[in-house]
Amino acid sequence: MAALGPAQTARTGWPGAPSLGLLVWCVALVVFALLWAYAGTLAPWAQEWPRAWTPRVAATISTFMRWLVDEASFGLFTFIEFTRFLSAMVEAPYRFVLSILSTGFLSGQGSQAVQIAPPVSWAGVIGVFVIAAHAAGGRKLALLAVVCLGFILLFGQWASAMVTLASIVVAVPIGAVGGLLLGIAAVRWRGFERAISPVLDLMQTIPIFAYLVPILFLFGFGPVAAILATIIYAMPPMTRIAIVALRGVAPEIRDLGRMTGCTRRQMTWRVMVPAAMPGLMVGVNQVIMLSLNMVIIASMIGAGGLGFDVLSALRRLDFGAGLEAGVAIVALAVLLDRTSQAFARRTVQRAHADGAGILARHPHLAAGTAVLVASFLAGLVAPPLARWPQAWELSTGTFWSELVRWINVNFFDELEAVKNALLLNVLIPFKRFLLGLPWLGVALLGGVAGWALSGFRLAALVVVLSTLIAVSGLWDQAMTTIYLCGISVVFALMIGVPIGVWSADRPAVWRVVQGVIDTLQTLPSFVYLMPVVMLFRVGDFTAMIAIVAYALAPAIRYTAHGLQQVDPRLIEAGRAAGCTPFQLLVKIRLKLALPEIMLGVNQTIMLALSMLVITALVGTRDLGQEVYIALTKADTGRGIVAGLAVAFIAIIADRLISAGAARARARLGLSAEGGGR
Amino acid sequence: MPDTEAPEAAAKLVCRSVWKFFGPDAERLGKAADAGTLRSDQLAGATAVAAVRDVSLSIREGECFVIMGLSGSGKSTLVRCMSRLVEPSAGEILFDGENLLAASDRRMIEIRRRHMGMVFQNFALLPHLTVLGNVAFPLEVQGVARARREARAMEMIGLVGLSGREHFFPRELSGGQQQRVGIARSLAVEPDLWFLDEPFSALDPLIRREMQDEFMRLQSVLKKTIVFITHDFDEAIRLGDRIAIMKDGAVVQVGTPEEIVLAPATDYVSEFTRNVTRAKVVKVAALSSPADGTTGGDTVGEVSDRATIAEAAPLFGQAGTRLLVKDRDGSIVGVLERERVSAMMMQG
Repeated sequence: MAALGPAQTARTGWPGAPSLGLLVWCVALVVFALLWAYAGTLAPWAQEWPRAWTPRVAATISTFMRWLVDEASFGLFTFIEFTRFLSAMVEAPYRFVLSILSTGFLSGQGSQAVQIAPPVSWAGVIGVFVIAAHAAGGRKLALLAVVCLGFILLFGQWASAMVTLASIVVAVPIGAVGGLLLGIAAVRWRGFERAISPVLDLMQTIPIFAYLVPILFLFGFGPVAAILATIIYAMPPMTRIAIVALRGVAPEIRDLGRMTGCTRRQMTWRVMVPAAMPGLMVGVNQVIMLSLNMVIIASMIGAGGLGFDVLSALRRLDFGAGLEAGVAIVALAVLLDRTSQAFARRTVQRAHADGAGILARHPHLAAGTAVLVASFLAGLVAPPLARWPQAWELSTGTFWSELVRWINVNFFDELEAVKNALLLNVLIPFKRFLLGLPWLGVALLGGVAGWALSGFRLAALVVVLSTLIAVSGLWDQAMTTIYLCGISVVFALMIGVPIGVWSADRPAVWRVVQGVIDTLQTLPSFVYLMPVVMLFRVGDFTAMIAIVAYALAPAIRYTAHGLQQVDPRLIEAGRAAGCTPFQLLVKIRLKLALPEIMLGVNQTIMLALSMLVITALVGTRDLGQEVYIALTKADTGRGIVAGLAVAFIAIIADRLISAGAARARARLGLSAEGGGR
Repeated sequence: MPDTEAPEAAAKLVCRSVWKFFGPDAERLGKAADAGTLRSDQLAGATAVAAVRDVSLSIREGECFVIMGLSGSGKSTLVRCMSRLVEPSAGEILFDGENLLAASDRRMIEIRRRHMGMVFQNFALLPHLTVLGNVAFPLEVQGVARARREARAMEMIGLVGLSGREHFFPRELSGGQQQRVGIARSLAVEPDLWFLDEPFSALDPLIRREMQDEFMRLQSVLKKTIVFITHDFDEAIRLGDRIAIMKDGAVVQVGTPEEIVLAPATDYVSEFTRNVTRAKVVKVAALSSPADGTTGGDTVGEVSDRATIAEAAPLFGQAGTRLLVKDRDGSIVGVLERERVSAMMMQG
């Protein structure tokens, strides 16, 4: 496999021989320095890939897409007929659910439409949710349902929330079942798994915007395209989880299926899927959460609802309105998350029921039906029960907007001073430095790092991917991306790691911190942007603050987790040896928590990269901007190429850090396999 | 090790030179083993591991055949080769004279559905089904109508003593009860061949004892052909009609508990037999001397030749010196002398 890297050299141990790793690093640094100093004059192609040599990948992809839409045909039907078929498949259930939740069943078109049946009233929806929550998780969860939906209702977000809910109700089952089917196929056919595994990798690292472009191109602008984008976004993790869950079914259970003479189909649906259900439910929960993540981004290609409210508030810079719609998304997310988790737990811990009769056996189902009927009838008698009167709605939007305005008026100079100082002394010099580097040198150093951490395979991967970025002609944008992302990650770690260390062994503090970072992570990323833009206006600094705020959570979480997982016996041993608390932290706990913290760094980078594309809205000049421009121009090729470049950066960072973490783990003896693979 | 004493006609299941290799070389080694050209140096140099080595066994109709070995000895792999849950690399498996390795997938499904049952070490109960659903599962897979399969399942649940719990979920039962469900399920299809893969190993010692008794009671009623896997030598001699002892994938000795205890084939086997109370294993027949026709005054009673020495000993009473030994038909086949019994009891 991988040829000799330092990991192996160290193990085989040649006493006296000069370390191969050190030698390689020296050579690489010298070459890098030479390139940096002289490439600009002697070999300009090594400094910057010549524009003339850049292959016209983007244009080719765009032409191909146009060909697909205009001419491609499978014989029986054309490609565009196929995409129309797909959208019809999604549109029909969406229209149906939307009618139930929001518009009611209509007859006729446009303004002449007549409502045949009204939608389920707010009282009915809340009633059903409360009963479902009670069935899944008892009184506490039912109370949570009341609070979450009550907030949405009181703050006048009901209509939008129901539109959002309708698209989630459609997207989640399709995404979950699709992911499950892909997972089953991958488990059954090794070849299929080998084929989709890199695609899944790519799908999870490529920014969402990048595939919004082709979807927009193929399916047009509207809720159907948005739902399709949501499904595509949520399906890879479900597939992953399904593969893991199905593989994790005890071999004995598999043997049982075969011994009882199950056919393949029986094996899958009667044995494997039910036995893997607890794991699969985790996947369904993931699909729900990811669908909610997509709500705002999907509104860029035509989803209405809460996402659209946040997006338009962002465009108007109306922080108050955006915050309320954003919090409504959080409320919906919390409710769906907790309820689905409770249902997952319940399917695992079901107890036997002795009662007879449908009513006795399904009390919640009966109650739900009763509530629906009752709310429908009540709505006919008392209109406020069908539609919450506008006069009863609350809003704190103006308060938040005023608060930001007040800060702006009173602290403008101070804020401006901080911003300028950081920009002039840190951000701009670092950006200049990165942009001045020759691409060949960077690729080379990355390769050597890959070799040192893992072996030739990783080195080759790093060199090839960075060369591809250079060849695509997006090197400068890629470097800007790395600069913004890098500096944000450094800030996020500088803030996050100390907080993690501080709260790790203080349970009371940890509970508070955990609550805060949980909320930060469910809060749609756009919401961060608004106040920052209002305080600091558009630009790199604003982007950085938003990214830091978004990427802070994993830095804190993984640090605290890592520290909490350190074997208490080792801490005891340290204390027995007379360590001061500081020595204990630095010499034992942090050292042992290092692999976990590195995973946190990895996550921080991934989140920063995903946020980066969103900050393109506030005018950065990186790959995210490139993708965003492509989206607004519906330029498929450009969007895909830039999206792939972001994915490449993510893959390089992920692989290098994972290899580092694996080595650290191996050195600490925390895992069986060595770091050299 | 060829098992010559059993004529193959009476055998339910026969393994002939079965090999199982794991690893990259598995296929090549399997071909060599089938062709009879496998050399020991080839094995030593190969990257594959031989989990089962050249095993030949024949399991007779109606006997309880125990395969005993420590973990890693290949016993679980061997039992899975017998039902083709694991595909053997070389050899033949004959079930009622039919070579299973030549059977099509469809035929294998048929055989497993109708003729085989299996009990698993960790119960392998489906968590989403009730006791009734689990026991009826093999019948459901076969497409048996609901009313019929549930009636049959209830019967089996009654047989293992779990009546009244049929609507419980596996999670709500204790380990011993869960394994009773596993046993009931494996019996639901009335298998001809019953595999038990370390069925009691995951249970507490007290429950294990109770389950062994339960198992012996069931077997006295059902008289199935059984392949029983265990790592516990005491369990093997307690339950087995015949025992095969495995080490490193090969069978080192096959015989009745008595034969193994009295004449261990290797040092490895004697490691296990050393601490066994011989009197509890050895049958009267093995110690009796030919009847000389005299029924002397000190003959104090009669004993079956299938009783163990430990069972026979109290019959001597305070002063008796010999017992008459009778066979299954009640005719006298020999006498059992007091000295020989006490000599054996002294050995422990």
